Amino acid sequence: MSSKRTVQFKIYRYDPDKDDKPYMQDISVELEESDKKLLDALVRLKAKDDTLSFRRSCREGVCGSDAMNINGKNGLACLTAMENLAQPITIRPLPGLPVIRDVIVDMTQFFKQYHSIKPYLVNNDPAPERERLQSPEDREELNGLYECILCACCSTSCPSFWWNPDKFVGPAGLLAAYRFLADTRDQATSERLDNLEDPYRLFRCHSIMNCVDVCPKGLNPTKAIGKIKDMMVRRAV
Amino acid sequence: MKVAKHTFDAVIVGAGGAGLRAALQLSEAGLKTAVLTKVFPTRSHTVAAQGGVAASLGNSTEDNWHWHMYDTVKGSDWLGDQDAIEFMVKKANEVVVELEHYGMPFDRTDNGKIYQRPFGGHSQNYGQTPVSRSCAAADRTGHAMLHALYQRNVRANTQFFVEWMAMDLIRNADGDVLGVTAMEMETGEVSIFHAKATIFATGGAGRIYYSSTNAFINTGDGVGMAARAGIPLEDMEFWQFHPTGVAGAGVLITEGVRGEGGILRNASGERFMERYAPNLKDLASRDVVSRSMVTEINEGRGCGSEKDHVLLDITHLSPETINKRLPGIREISIQFAGVDPIKAPIPVVPTCHYQMGGIPTNYKGQVVVPKDGNSNVPVAGFYAAGECACASVHGANRLGTNSLLDLLVFGKAAGETVVNDFRSGQLTLKPLPENAADVSLARIARLETQTNGEDVHEVRLAMQRTMQKHAGVFRFADILKEGVTKILEVAERAKTTQIKDKSKVWNTARTEALELDNLIEVAKATMISAEARKESRGAHVRDDAIDCAETPNGRDDKNWLKHTLWYSEGNRLDYKPVNLQPLSPDVEPIALAKRTY
Repeated sequence: MSSKRTVQFKIYRYDPDKDDKPYMQDISVELEESDKKLLDALVRLKAKDDTLSFRRSCREGVCGSDAMNINGKNGLACLTAMENLAQPITIRPLPGLPVIRDVIVDMTQFFKQYHSIKPYLVNNDPAPERERLQSPEDREELNGLYECILCACCSTSCPSFWWNPDKFVGPAGLLAAYRFLADTRDQATSERLDNLEDPYRLFRCHSIMNCVDVCPKGLNPTKAIGKIKDMMVRRAV
Repeated sequence: MKVAKHTFDAVIVGAGGAGLRAALQLSEAGLKTAVLTKVFPTRSHTVAAQGGVAASLGNSTEDNWHWHMYDTVKGSDWLGDQDAIEFMVKKANEVVVELEHYGMPFDRTDNGKIYQRPFGGHSQNYGQTPVSRSCAAADRTGHAMLHALYQRNVRANTQFFVEWMAMDLIRNADGDVLGVTAMEMETGEVSIFHAKATIFATGGAGRIYYSSTNAFINTGDGVGMAARAGIPLEDMEFWQFHPTGVAGAGVLITEGVRGEGGILRNASGERFMERYAPNLKDLASRDVVSRSMVTEINEGRGCGSEKDHVLLDITHLSPETINKRLPGIREISIQFAGVDPIKAPIPVVPTCHYQMGGIPTNYKGQVVVPKDGNSNVPVAGFYAAGECACASVHGANRLGTNSLLDLLVFGKAAGETVVNDFRSGQLTLKPLPENAADVSLARIARLETQTNGEDVHEVRLAMQRTMQKHAGVFRFADILKEGVTKILEVAERAKTTQIKDKSKVWNTARTEALELDNLIEVAKATMISAEARKESRGAHVRDDAIDCAETPNGRDDKNWLKHTLWYSEGNRLDYKPVNLQPLSPDVEPIALAKRTY
């Protein structure tokens, strides 16, 4: 196998400063042997054309900056292997959020929903001098919940979020809501459930499971949402 | 260009661990505070910390802060200031327990306490045996911490300016700091943030090196801004090369892997650290382990077809332990090394990781500079914390898990100092000089109009390759000297960078050009300070420093037990004494000794 190879891209481009409307740009780039991930290829492309704009930071799948729509599926550029991508590789912004420029989207609505679930521990007992105790089993309940990186791959792949981004909390926000409901140290269970007891905020989830399919961290928001629904039912009876 | 002006009690630049911890102090005290950050807070590089945060809680092995203090001073190769170190290790339990109260999902011991694991250079009884001091949330401690801090700030209603890049520090004729200029990335507009107090928490500049564990955003923005504004940079020759970056990719593999029992092996499968550090072995200090690895590779015992790396082996650990304690490492290893560590060892090489030096501060988080014969005079209105600051607690080499501790303790301390100074009326809103934004506007105008200039990507690459080649794990007198000439040439080229993108909206080419200005300051400071320091100490090891009774390990306490101060203007060097005196009169100083593990 030769060390250098040329890869074809189709990239969504839009600069409101000069473009009337968005367009798809056909562009190719010669990659080095070390360019293993999509992000490496995009950085290589940007070295050629510095007007290509995208967010990126940690390049190891933990900061959540470089979420985008890759060949029709949401994912992180830094965790997407080039060898698995059919060409031309089609890159679009995350669907359902306003585009600011190229693949950079306005995430205001996404974070608004995250903030709406009160994403912080509530415990009104006087703080003890040392740590609050939590058994390893109770701590284990938080696994699969706290690891969320807020990349928005899930919420922007969810039809319910596309239709009602202002009313439906979305998978990321609901996963965070359950992260606190599941924490034995948290005391705001009933307020948290009240906050979600609404035809839209929680119940717009129809278990389509796109969120599970795209989560780059392998998390399962649908399962967490199911558990919140169970808690709702249990407190009703 | 029209320049908007925002007025606040305090402006914090950076929303990683240190910035968020400081912000919490200010928001909860009711100060009108702006937090500027070029990325959404949870994207800051604290998120990538893995192995843990140090505190002598003693949850699984006996421990106390005296041992932690000894380990930190020894780890620093006695370049750390002992007042700041005492302050940090004594505060450790408090700030870690606070985080637990904020909701941080620490792993737990069987009796429900915070789980702690061993880490490099941390010991019981003054260097005798490894101690479990690293408080961990699996191998995602930084992520868990940063999110918990952000969440607590949501609760405290902290006001964030997200995706705003700070550009330049504003000082008046007396040298007082009055705030910063900043650019909103979405619009390209420049604003002035005028404040009574300015706290820098902008992180490190690991991207000056070609091979780095650091995120793209780690471009030393605060350090560069401070240097351009006439503040000296302290101890910039000291850079930590983390022993275990994934070979080729640079991505970090936590020392916690060795804390959980991981072993480094050379081509013949030998556990070579037994030869270099008979006592702590694979858990010796990072500088020691990195040098041992490079020595193995240089002497032909490296692994792979190029013999250019060594192996980190955890195949003897149970899959349950790996999945429970090191799940992120398994993920990273599969993703970036193509290896499942349950089945095969991970290829690793020492990789640039952490900036020990930075903006000089005292243990209260005040920025201090030499003035009228006093080495440590606070700059009115200016504070710094975290990796961008040099308190100095890490000296010539930082211990693993002391960075997360540093940002908690000094983020909080800087916040508390500002609140106290504010309440005592010491902080006032001083009039802005006329044209306070001119420097920033000129930088932007130059990028608008530059022709026949240099490509940002190419200049950055030239800088990174120069740093990698001339100021690496082992340093050589002649190569350093040549490095100074080369880096000054690169710095000249950086003055005429040119970008094609002229858009006002989210112009990342412009952001990268502005970041390069900051990186270049750090690169110059590093090379010039390193060339000048004619000894070996901690992470700075030279071929011409001889190991003898007079200079143990090549460390020359007679001539070089002092902090470097580099001034950007004229590349001038100055020095100031190390504080060997602990904070409390009843605490014994840790006496100078030869450093062995």
